[in-house]
Formats: sequence, structure tokens, C-alpha cells
Amino acid sequence: MVYDFLANLRDNNPLLLGLIRVLLIIVPILTLVPGLIWYERRLLSWMQDRVGPNRVATITLKNGKKIKLFGLLQPIADGVKLFFKEDITPKAIDRLIYFFAPALALFPAFALGGTMPWGPSEGFYGLLTPIANVDIGVLYVLAISSLGVYGIVLAGYASNNKYSLLGGLRSSAQLISYELAMGVAVASIVLATGSLKLTEIVRAQEGPLFGAITGLQNWFILTPYGFVAAVVFLICMVAESNRAPFDLPEAENEIIAGYHTEYSSMKFAVFFMGEYAAMFIFSGIFATLFLGGYNMLPINWLALGDYSSALKGVGEFMHSVNYWGAPIWFIGKCVFGITVYIWARATLPRLRYDQLMSLGWKSLLPTAVANFVVVAIWILAVRLHGFWIGVAAAALSYGMMYFLFKSFLGTVDKDKKVLEKRSVELVDGVVPEPVAAS
Amino acid sequence: MSLVPSIPPTTEQALFLGMAGLAAAASLGVVAIKSPIRAALCLVLNFFVLAFIYFSLGAQLLGITQIIVYAGAIMVLFLFVIMLLNLSAESETRKKFDFKIPLAALVGLGVFGIVGSQVLLPLQAINQPLSANDWGKPQALGYSLFTVYAWPIEAVSILLLVGIVGSIVLAKRKV
Amino acid sequence: MNGVPLVWYLGLGLFMFTCGAVGVVIRRNPVTVFMCIELMLNAVNLTFLAFARYMPTPLPGVAAQPQNWVSGQAVVVFVMAVAAAEVAVGLGIIMAIYRLRNEVDVDDMSMLRG
Repeated sequence: MVYDFLANLRDNNPLLLGLIRVLLIIVPILTLVPGLIWYERRLLSWMQDRVGPNRVATITLKNGKKIKLFGLLQPIADGVKLFFKEDITPKAIDRLIYFFAPALALFPAFALGGTMPWGPSEGFYGLLTPIANVDIGVLYVLAISSLGVYGIVLAGYASNNKYSLLGGLRSSAQLISYELAMGVAVASIVLATGSLKLTEIVRAQEGPLFGAITGLQNWFILTPYGFVAAVVFLICMVAESNRAPFDLPEAENEIIAGYHTEYSSMKFAVFFMGEYAAMFIFSGIFATLFLGGYNMLPINWLALGDYSSALKGVGEFMHSVNYWGAPIWFIGKCVFGITVYIWARATLPRLRYDQLMSLGWKSLLPTAVANFVVVAIWILAVRLHGFWIGVAAAALSYGMMYFLFKSFLGTVDKDKKVLEKRSVELVDGVVPEPVAAS
Repeated sequence: MSLVPSIPPTTEQALFLGMAGLAAAASLGVVAIKSPIRAALCLVLNFFVLAFIYFSLGAQLLGITQIIVYAGAIMVLFLFVIMLLNLSAESETRKKFDFKIPLAALVGLGVFGIVGSQVLLPLQAINQPLSANDWGKPQALGYSLFTVYAWPIEAVSILLLVGIVGSIVLAKRKV
Repeated sequence: MNGVPLVWYLGLGLFMFTCGAVGVVIRRNPVTVFMCIELMLNAVNLTFLAFARYMPTPLPGVAAQPQNWVSGQAVVVFVMAVAAAEVAVGLGIIMAIYRLRNEVDVDDMSMLRG
């Protein structure tokens, strides 16, 4: 019934159908962002060996008993606090750009979901997702993520504060450096698929693993070239959303919160929300490109029937579970990506600016380009000579790239001086005695 | 006479007129606005709207490349330089009455009139696009760039390499 | 069905080109002059694409299939690449001059004096 209504819309009123698709991306993100904030605070606290906010949603009944709800309403309390904070606007700012910059920072976070398929493109879900299945799917993602620089650099400039300007410029330098490696990593996946459309990339991941093993699906993270590309993309993704360990431009104890120093109350809430929405959608794109999109497990359910006929019914049942539960599997993978984000924040120390730049240009970009060349060699060898020669050629080229790297990196950092160990000498020569435990 | 829209304009015509008006206003803003940052932002708007016009022409790959290259990289570089050099509106000192401004505007109008009358008027009748519908898709452009235009692409890549090396050499403090 | 006539695209391209040319003459800050040059290059891109869409011509010596009628788009690709390289080098030059003189004004730097 709903399907007929939607099919009718597709034929007669495609604009309304497009609007429904847009709402189906924006409304879940807007409702999930508070959940993400809660999840981050709780998970970060657990990883740091403390409890985290758990008081807000406690219901006290009449007989004194309390129903604890794990602080689920904490984000609402945060929102209310931010709404009622005093909205301080400095006097010497560039007014037009100052008020426009948070909107410019929020726009790419939502616009990234434009070509992302959260369900299969046949049947019922095919009418609802993706918003626009354009031929240039992945390039759209790269274009919108490169527009994310503007909000930050304009916010830093308009604040008329030299630390904000510095934070804004550093952040934009970081963003454009990591965009490159991200683009080349995505390019190797596009090369392996043969199409720029995200729906085609997910469909290519439903084929047999390595093109040969029919029982498993060809999720790109399970292939060697896809694994390297996924690692590069993951690091670049964390750097693109300005999250720890790459959050030097916005960290409070480094640069007085950088480009959003002069933004208070709701404008800061807009930056905050944009960052979380960007985290969520980047995880979604990572899932689409490398983790097989909306599929449940990397198993080809319909091919189970080839192994034994008893499993055929099981295979078809699981296939329909895979189809109808597609949004659930997709959101699960997004939550997995968010968990990796929070895990990285809890574990890794912040990178200094020169370390950050050197990582982006000297480590990630050469790795991504070398991976791209290896994918090209593999595909060419497989097409000309068959599967096993292709594997041998890929292994040979990986080895060559490794030796090239080692020899090149050896020449670059040759003249870095190693600090010698210095011994500390006390002024009056008195060595303190160890304090006896009393 | 296709220089004026039909009344009422079709959807495509109305959309194009809106986008063209925005692009024209933005290009006037680049020339007229004194503050370099706001002129740069007008140029960003111009490039963005131009990308949409390319999409309306059917050139998808070039439209998205316009956003990635021009609006996403070149204009960010411009904004960097303006912010690093701390250029402000007062840095463009002007004489009281600069004779160049009205003269240049007049010459501009003259060029527009002459070229418009000679080039645009004979081409009025062309209303329908003649190229194939998947003319702008990545497949068509990619195929030709790798087969027909392979040599120019290699030359352009060498040019870009020279550009990278040149800008690094220029930016070093001590050679 | 009446679509958008070719002359509208060409008229917009001509307008942008004229704005850019006037801007190069009027503006005194080298960075702004550069931005007007970029405006001119974009006007040229739009003109090439409009002609390629409305009056495509096949290349000599190549089979007459629609996928070979992309000369206009190929030229736009080259123009974009050249513009990007030119902006990088040109802004590097401007920054080097600024480091030397601490002020930039195109009208004052008309002689090749050091």
C-alpha cells in the first residue's frame, strides 16, 4: 500500500518523493545527534574509568524508589543550557560573515548524505534511497567535504581574534591536506568497482570475494587493497571532522578553542551539531565504501543453497532479513564507525601541528597513491592473465612499494638530530631519600 | 526572436534566469566590492552558481569538478592569501576621482555591445541542444580523455608538477 | 519543447568576461586582479560548454559517435587545470613581493624596479 503510494509519487510527482527522501535523511540525523552526544559522553567516560552523566533521567517514585535511565536526557539538558546561555557577540566582528559562518559549517554535514544509499535500490527501499542516484556519486561526497573548509576559515576570520584566525587557518590547512589522501583512497575503490555511483559500489561488494569465492561477499575491507584504502580513509575521515587526535585547531587547552572561541550559546551549538552530524555521515560513507553498505554480514545468503539443499530455505530467509532490515544494519555500521571515533579520542594523544601535516603529506598521501597503483596493476593482470597471476603481480608490486618507501623515507629524515640523553645534576648535590611508607 | 523569454517562461528558462541573475550579480560584486574578503566570497558564490548552470547543461562531471577545483581549492587558496596578508578594504587606496573607472566601464559596455551584436544575434535561432543525452557523464568524458586526448592530459600533468615545484620554491624563505 | 536558447548562456558568459576584464583594469590589489582573471577564465569555460552542448562538432579522424563529441568538455578540463596551476604560482609570487615590500598596489609597481 505504501509502496503503491510511493510508486505513484515517483511517476506523477517526483519532487514530493524527493522531498520525502530528503526528510528521511535529515530527520533521523537531527534526532540521532542527541543520542550521539549521550553515547560519546558515556563511552568516553567508561574508557577513562569513570561513570559519566547518569543523573538526569532518574525518575523518583512516591515510595522513594528511583528508576535510573542512565542519563539519557543529558543531551536535552545540554541543549537547554546552551539555549539559555548569554549570547555574547563581540563588537569588532565582520557581522555578515560572523552570522553566516555557523550555517556554512552545518550545511556540508547534512548535504553529504545526498548520494548515500541506506538501503537497497530495488523494490520498496529503491523508492526511498538514495536521494539522488547521480552518475558522479562519490565525487559529490568529495566536493561537499571540500566545502566544509569555508565555515571554519570564515568563522576564524570573522571573530577578529588572532587566535581564532590562527586556529581557523590551521584547521583549513589540515582539512585540505587530508582531503587529498581521502580522494586517492576513494579513487582506488572506484577503480576496483568501475563506477562512481555509490549504489554500484555497494552492489560490487555483493559479488563473490576476490571474484572467485562465491560464499562470501566482496566487502572491500576484506581485500588487501581495500584494507589499506580503508585505513587511509579512516584516518582522513577523523582528520576531516576535526576530531581527536586531530583537534588541535579547536582544542580548549591548546588555542583557547580556536575558531569557535567567540561563538556562544546557540551559534556554538550549531557548530557542535554540525560536527556530530558530520561524524555520523562520514561513518555512513565509510560503511558504504568499505563495509558493504546495508548488508548484514559478508555472506552471500543465496549461495548457501549451492552448498547443500537443506540450507536453501535458511539462505532465502536470511536474504529477506538482509533486505528488510537494511536500515538497521546500516545504522549499526554507522554506530560502529562512531565507536571507532570515540575510541580514538579516548586513546590517542593530540597530534602537534607539524606532526599532523607530516602525517598527511608524507605518510598517508604516498600510501594512498601506492595503493592506487597496486590496484591498477592487479586489475590489469587479472584481466590479461587470470586470477592467480593477478595475485602474484599484486604481491610483487606491494613488495616493490614497500622497498621504495623504506629507501625514500630513509633519505628524507636523514639529518634529523637525535637529542642526546642528559643527566640531571642537582644544585647542592643532595639526593632526596626515598620516603618510607608509614 | 529568442533573446527574450517566452511569457510565461518554461521551468528550465525560469531556473536558468534565476541562476544567471545570481551569477551576474556575483560577478558585479567581485568587481565593485572594495573589501577583498567579500569580493572573494562573491566569487565563491559565482563559481557555485556556475556549477549549477553546468549541471543544467548536462555536464555533470565538469560541474562537480568546478565545485571541487574552483570553489573547494582555488578559492580557499585565495582566502588563505587574503587572510595571511591581512588585506582590508582600506588597502586599496584610491585617488579622489580615478578617471579609469568610468572609462573602463564605458569600454566594457562597448565590448559587450560589439561582441554581442556580432556573435549573439546570428545565433539566436538555436534552441535545442544537439549533443547526445549522456554527453556530460563521466564515462563519455573519461573515455575521450584517455584515448583521444591522452597526450594533452600528460602535458597538463607535467604542467601541474611544474606548478607544484614552482610554488614550493617561491614560498621558501631561504633558497 | 522550448528549452533555454544558446544565446542566453553566451550572453552570461560575455557579461562575466566583460566584468572580469573591467575588473583587471580597475582594481589595484593584485589578489583582486587575480580573482577577476579567474572570472574571465570561468566565462570562457561556460562559453565552451554551451557551444559543445548546442553545436557539437566531431573530431576529424575519429569515429562519429556521441562519446567522441566531447571536445568542448576536454578544453574545459585543460582550462581548469591550467587555472589551478596559475593561481598557485601567481599567489606565491604575490606573497613573495609582499614579503619584500610590505605593501601591494598594482599601480605603484609598474616599473620593473627591485
